[in-house]
Amino acid sequence: MANNNSSSAASAAPKASFWRDPDKRAIIYQVAVVAVLAWFVYAIINNTATNMEQRGLASGFGFLSTSAGFGIISTPFVEYSEESSYFTVFLVGLVNTIIMAFIGCVLALILGFIVGIARLSSNWLVKKIATFYIELFRNVPLLLQILFWYSAVLKPLPGPRELHEAGEKVFFSINNRGLIFAEPVGQPGFENVWYAFFAAIIVTWVIKKWAAIRQMKTGQQFPVFLTGLVLIIGAPLVTYLVMGRPLNFEPAEMSRFSLRGGVTVIPEFVALLLALVVYTASFIAEIVRAGIQAVSHGQTEAASALGIKPTHRMRLVVVPQAMRVIVPPLTSQFLNLTKNSSLATAIAYPDLFSVFAGTTLNQTGQAVEIMAMTLAVYLTLSLLTSGFMNWYNSRIKLVER
Amino acid sequence: MAMDNSTGYSGVVNSGDLPDKPAPIKTDGVGPWIRDNLFNGAFNSILTISSLLLVLYTLPSALNWLIFNAVWTGGSDACRANPDGACWTFVTSRWEQFLYGFYEKSERWRIDILLVILAVGIAWLAWERTPGKKLMAFFMLVIYPIFAFFMMYGNEAMGLPIVETPQWGGFTLTLVIALSGIVASLPIGIVLALGRRSEMRIISLLCTIFIEFWRGIPLVAVLFMATIMFPLFLPAGVTFDQLLRAVIGVALFASAYMAEVVRGGLQAIPKGQYEGAMALGLPFWKMMRLIILPQALKIVIPGIVNTFIGLFKDTTLVLIIALFDLLGIVQASIADPNWSIKSVPYTGYAFVAIVFWICCYSMALYSRYIEDKLHTGHKR
Repeated sequence: MANNNSSSAASAAPKASFWRDPDKRAIIYQVAVVAVLAWFVYAIINNTATNMEQRGLASGFGFLSTSAGFGIISTPFVEYSEESSYFTVFLVGLVNTIIMAFIGCVLALILGFIVGIARLSSNWLVKKIATFYIELFRNVPLLLQILFWYSAVLKPLPGPRELHEAGEKVFFSINNRGLIFAEPVGQPGFENVWYAFFAAIIVTWVIKKWAAIRQMKTGQQFPVFLTGLVLIIGAPLVTYLVMGRPLNFEPAEMSRFSLRGGVTVIPEFVALLLALVVYTASFIAEIVRAGIQAVSHGQTEAASALGIKPTHRMRLVVVPQAMRVIVPPLTSQFLNLTKNSSLATAIAYPDLFSVFAGTTLNQTGQAVEIMAMTLAVYLTLSLLTSGFMNWYNSRIKLVER
Repeated sequence: MAMDNSTGYSGVVNSGDLPDKPAPIKTDGVGPWIRDNLFNGAFNSILTISSLLLVLYTLPSALNWLIFNAVWTGGSDACRANPDGACWTFVTSRWEQFLYGFYEKSERWRIDILLVILAVGIAWLAWERTPGKKLMAFFMLVIYPIFAFFMMYGNEAMGLPIVETPQWGGFTLTLVIALSGIVASLPIGIVLALGRRSEMRIISLLCTIFIEFWRGIPLVAVLFMATIMFPLFLPAGVTFDQLLRAVIGVALFASAYMAEVVRGGLQAIPKGQYEGAMALGLPFWKMMRLIILPQALKIVIPGIVNTFIGLFKDTTLVLIIALFDLLGIVQASIADPNWSIKSVPYTGYAFVAIVFWICCYSMALYSRYIEDKLHTGHKR
């Protein structure tokens, strides 16, 4: 009887009622979800099309070639004038966003590492200052910090007219028009300095490889870092002096109302960069601290037992292991910084969001196309950053058996 | 084996007392503490002196500006007379606006009641030894938001005059956006996290795309979409409130982050728990509700609090779409010509910073406390 029962149960299992079979149920659920989603998307597309028709908006990307007709305060690397097309506006915004994100990430990383290590310092005062820095900037909204740097610190600075007399040659100035310094202009022969610089980098790389091979063979070490430093700084410097200092600094000149010439870094850029770096660095510092603390004490103790010097212990034993803990959250901080750079729109720094999703959208009304392009850019930047960091992470991760 | 006779003793036995050894270095007391913690080595000494200079340079002037030299009483004239101190009278004369926005004066008691219930509810949930946590959590997460909506917006049938949302503002609006964001994002986040870990390929893929999409775009873009795109998506003639649109955007944005936090918790639960639940014959939702989620959510409380801190700070972004949250209303008040005094913008920003700092820091402390309590590994 028992036998009979179990065998019938076994044969009945595949014949379980249609609704009780997990595989079939899964199919039904998924079909239902896809159907609802498809209906939803269809409704949205349909509504959008109707609404746009009612408002008399033509869809499509044709607007990109029309002339923009507005000026932009900072357009590095891209030729831009008021007659330029909306597509050029897009490029200007994109370049500005990428510049901000890149410089911001690098500086935030440096500052974050310094503060994170200071937080673990044996020096009581340094530790407390680092903690104060982290707790202060982490818990205050970023937008507030941007507005603070912009409208409370940089904008009230004196204007160029109050600082300089007409006709004065100005090599460096901080005023409410931004950071202005003399423009370095390379004279004939200056390109050799660049060549020397790149040659030094290549030679350093070769020395590093050679030193590694030699150390593997003979166990002798070579001061690669010091040699590299001397080469990379020394070679261009020597070339520069030998070529007869082929670099002129052309100062800005004070005209009646403003400074002409020189290199200007606009205050919007400075404010946004300062706020982003200071804010993100406070998070990175915590990540660095947590990463270093996550390395087990046994590791430091074992390194000491092997007689490894404290500086080497940090560099060869602790940091490589800490990096594995640090890199994933660091990636998301870089992504946050990139995304947060869109807050530029609050102080009108001409980043992608401000000039494209802001001004261009207001002028043309092509909401769908413009938002799609903007979001695509941010998603691509996110994917690229996380792709790079994943590559780096897989390079440093623990090789397991 | 060579014996060392240089000390002048002929054997291993000393003939007299050895010379006294110097006393060990003192390690307690103020002096040694300073030596060990501030001046152990040349580098640390330089570091200490330079940071001491930094502190001495900034701290007194900051304190002077904030407290000792600040204007605490009087009107705008007192501030105009004293440009080198914070103008706290700007805040005290406008605190009602900062708290309630443009909410009808006669109806502000409604917000007061809500704030009191909120404070009691949060204290109840955060404090360890209070009874009936589950009931209270249900009340705060489900009943309170509905109650709060009717109280804030009003309902003719209940005898409460309607207060339109453009009149909401100030710190109340900050709380409305942050709290509705968190309350909505928790369940959506849990569903998304379960969906992403689901074995149903299509559902898992859709959830992943949804999560990564919202995590990949800035909140400003979400708010822009909420103001510009939502109206396009809706059937012609259907409109809904600007604030509601912003809240929906914030909630969707936050739920993607919440989903990742919850997923972390789900992954941290040992497989044996899932298998044990399945062996008991529990169906999926019962397994989740009774076995997995209680454990998973408990270990991600710090993550949830951190998400909330982020969301709370991010509510300031609604300023960009012209909603007047705390920062927005302070920003607008700064522009008031009656208060166009040099110290007023600094004071306004300092005030907002202090409010946000207190809220966020206390939440961070709570999250750290929970983390420590959950951290059962041994420490050194």
